[in-house]
Amino acid sequence: MNNSAKFRFPEVVKTPSRFRNPIGKYRLHRTEACETCGKCVDLCKYGVHVIRRGRVYIENSYLCVGPDCPSPCYEVCPVGALSCGKNPVFDQLGDFRWTPDLLVSTWRMAETGSVPLAGLEYKRGSSGGGFDKLRIVMKSGQTGQADIPDQDIDVSLQLNRRDDHGHRIKIHVPFYGGGMSYGSVSINTILSRIKAAKALGTFCCTGEGGYPDELKPYDDHVITQVATGLFGVREETIKRVKIVEFKYAQGAKPGLGGHLLGDKVTPGVARMRGAVVGHPLFSPFPFHSVYSVEDHKKHVDWIKAINPQALVSVKVSTPTDVDMVAVGSYYAGAHIIHLDGSYGGTGAAPEIAKKNIAMPIEYAVPKVHRFLTAEGVRDKVTVIAGGGVRTPHDVAKIIALGADGVCTGTADLVALECIRCHNCESGRGCARGIATTDPELMELMQHEWGTRRLVNMFLAWKKELVRILKRLGMTSIRELVGREDCLVHLDYMK
Amino acid sequence: MPEKYVIHTTTAPNRFKAVSRSGIIAWEEGCLRCAVCVKERCVYDVYYKRKLDPRQMIDSIDNLCMNCLRCVQGCPKELITKSLNPEYKEMGDDFFTPEIISKLWSQAETGKIPVSGAGYPGPFSGPGFDSMWTDMSEIVRPTRDGIHGREYISTAIDLGRTIKSLRFDDSGALLAETPLLVDIPLPILLKVPPFGAISDKTLLGWAMAAKRLGTLLALKIDDVEKLPDQFRPWLVPVLEEDLTDPAIIPVGVRIVEIPWSSRFEKSAKIIKDTFPSMLVCVNIAMMDGMEEKAVSVADAGLDIIHLELGRYSEKEPETYDPRRVKDAIRSVHMKLVETNIRDEVTLVASGGFAMAEHVAKGMICGADAVMAEFQLLIGLQCRMCRRCATGLSCPVDIQDASAKWVAARVVNLFGAWHNQLIELMGAMGIRDARRLRGEVGRAMFFEDLDKVAFGSLGSAGEGFELE
Repeated sequence: MNNSAKFRFPEVVKTPSRFRNPIGKYRLHRTEACETCGKCVDLCKYGVHVIRRGRVYIENSYLCVGPDCPSPCYEVCPVGALSCGKNPVFDQLGDFRWTPDLLVSTWRMAETGSVPLAGLEYKRGSSGGGFDKLRIVMKSGQTGQADIPDQDIDVSLQLNRRDDHGHRIKIHVPFYGGGMSYGSVSINTILSRIKAAKALGTFCCTGEGGYPDELKPYDDHVITQVATGLFGVREETIKRVKIVEFKYAQGAKPGLGGHLLGDKVTPGVARMRGAVVGHPLFSPFPFHSVYSVEDHKKHVDWIKAINPQALVSVKVSTPTDVDMVAVGSYYAGAHIIHLDGSYGGTGAAPEIAKKNIAMPIEYAVPKVHRFLTAEGVRDKVTVIAGGGVRTPHDVAKIIALGADGVCTGTADLVALECIRCHNCESGRGCARGIATTDPELMELMQHEWGTRRLVNMFLAWKKELVRILKRLGMTSIRELVGREDCLVHLDYMK
Repeated sequence: MPEKYVIHTTTAPNRFKAVSRSGIIAWEEGCLRCAVCVKERCVYDVYYKRKLDPRQMIDSIDNLCMNCLRCVQGCPKELITKSLNPEYKEMGDDFFTPEIISKLWSQAETGKIPVSGAGYPGPFSGPGFDSMWTDMSEIVRPTRDGIHGREYISTAIDLGRTIKSLRFDDSGALLAETPLLVDIPLPILLKVPPFGAISDKTLLGWAMAAKRLGTLLALKIDDVEKLPDQFRPWLVPVLEEDLTDPAIIPVGVRIVEIPWSSRFEKSAKIIKDTFPSMLVCVNIAMMDGMEEKAVSVADAGLDIIHLELGRYSEKEPETYDPRRVKDAIRSVHMKLVETNIRDEVTLVASGGFAMAEHVAKGMICGADAVMAEFQLLIGLQCRMCRRCATGLSCPVDIQDASAKWVAARVVNLFGAWHNQLIELMGAMGIRDARRLRGEVGRAMFFEDLDKVAFGSLGSAGEGFELE
């Protein structure tokens, strides 16, 4: 990444579902009464109906927007052959955080590169707090910077703000991919994410599971992780990259370390990690060598001795003293403070930990932002927020609360058609071929497809961020950082 | 250092098929008879293993299905779909939700901590304990590799009365008597629920579980006779009225519970005069005036306060709110602290503890220990349908289950709770459960965090819209 002015975002390539029947919110039914008049085909602007060899078919039921449709086919069909209802599968999908609407909208973004046209709530979930109760305040009617072309709205982010001899790295979108290790997800998933990161001019983290050779062509877009298990960490891997991430804790299981269940330790994974096939692997919490900020500085210095220009990111969870942790990390020499909120994470974790330990990211970011500002060092460090960021609206909200950028994880998996069945950890792993090392299941997903899906989703995110910035009258995402006045919370709204 | 407390669990299979969240609906009509049917490609082989349970009329497929939706999304004629199971949604109430009930079932079956991938799926926060988060420390704390292994985290607590200070005579000999304490290795006591299809076998199973766990089972005084004498040390007979005749107290028990009344001191005196080493627990209902009552019990020099939410479905069902427990415990705890008597008395709370996290949170709010009651039934596959309370038969025939199975299920459930408690304590950096009591500094509260984070945000007046 040499900040070349030549950087161009890729084009959207339409990339439909891997599965025969994509899931939509509504389901259309056509009876034998159909007279093939073709009226529905002409009316529907979403491409649900097709006509072939003199017969009309419902080819893309999943694209139907139901009652949001301005000219519903099922109302105008002259013989009443069409009926529309809610897809029963839709209601049993998802959860409070990732509602069925959010899942299906994310799939749509990954397919088309745009937010859904209608029929789906794609901006927020129904968790009843945090992001889902925050709203962006915009002037009515006015379109802000409407006259400025989209490509002149700057959503890039400078990662090195210390002004030291480290790499000057600009990412072209205000997000990068969070760590998911080789072993927890398949090599195809890793390759999809890293290739998408390259195409979008950003980075993706390896997680703590080694640095597979397949990633060599993308060295300039890799963040490699150093965590307590030191799985796959070698001098050579530290030297290869431009950003090294220390993982102290992670949002899914704050204070519990990492854990890869025995079933997932296949020969390939065992080789990469220097471990035994079939045995569970713990990345034990905490770093025994770090009991203070001074100890932490020793870690940072160690990286800088091996790779002097590398940027150092410190990934921490969100305890009550997260602000002190952040300022300590800054003084120890970190370029990036990566806060991982407690509701996120993709890996297997005890449910009691996911729900209860540490605070949600929406609390941690303003706390850290205000503290670093008061300390006078906010401009010298990049704050990245992760753990629970699902949509471009979440990105805008967390930046307005004080983050510089965002780290993504679950959204990536959803773009690859994760349905959040939460069974990533059991047996052979993900039945949909995303979070698995099972040779047969892995084959369900090819990385060319995965890359296109991720690129599309993130282009949709970027487009939405640009739209929001324009509505706010801003030309750069950096103007949004810490702009709490651009947000309201429904419970405290005046 | 005492021997490490480990709860040994062994799988105790469900007697009835569990009610599952969603079911598969597969229409055969219109089937194309594909050479390779999606059903044959099921990762979990659920179609291959499919059986109909003739007794319960349940299709095993609904329990085996792991919701990957590959068959739903793969069938060329879209003949397979999944839909929510209405029976599942109907289970329990808004405190014992279907999710909580089914998680308790699986813990009682396997003894394992529920683990899953893909982040937290639930609401942002909620009333009661759901408005608390426990803290963690980035660096200094017991190690993860150690908490289930070689490192020692004690979950033991003491029940009973401690003295304010030690006093010595001129020769340096201790003046005060050594306090009487019953120590249990787990801050969870068991309590026979007020309803349930409970037989003598069930009671025996619970007593066996209490003994195996090293904890106590509170039960009606008349029920003590139904159990072999050997279980006495693990039983807490509960009196519902003032005591007049000490002869009714079963010999061999270590703790007796009496109700709070204007005469509780007299009842307690009768017990203490007859059985000097017996601990007396006073039951106080969670309602107005509980703080003063708690102080009166502590002032009277008694050992244990049992703060009870009240009988489920009895008395005032409409005011029953298990979520009040959090604030009730805090209020009583703080009152005892302000009265400068907190350290001398033990506070046990019951009602409102549905999950393992509630144990830790209840202790952070100020309880020394909690009592579990409906979990004792839910562990036996109770659906909280309350048919038994109206005289109807139990859909899972709890009364017929063997004592051995009952004991195994309850031990499994609390074995899983114990490990979850250790997870939370480990992350908090607390090695001794006694230190958890009242330690609000190791927790974060919604009412503190939410306003600080969001109270100062912008406003939206005329001419603005929200997105």
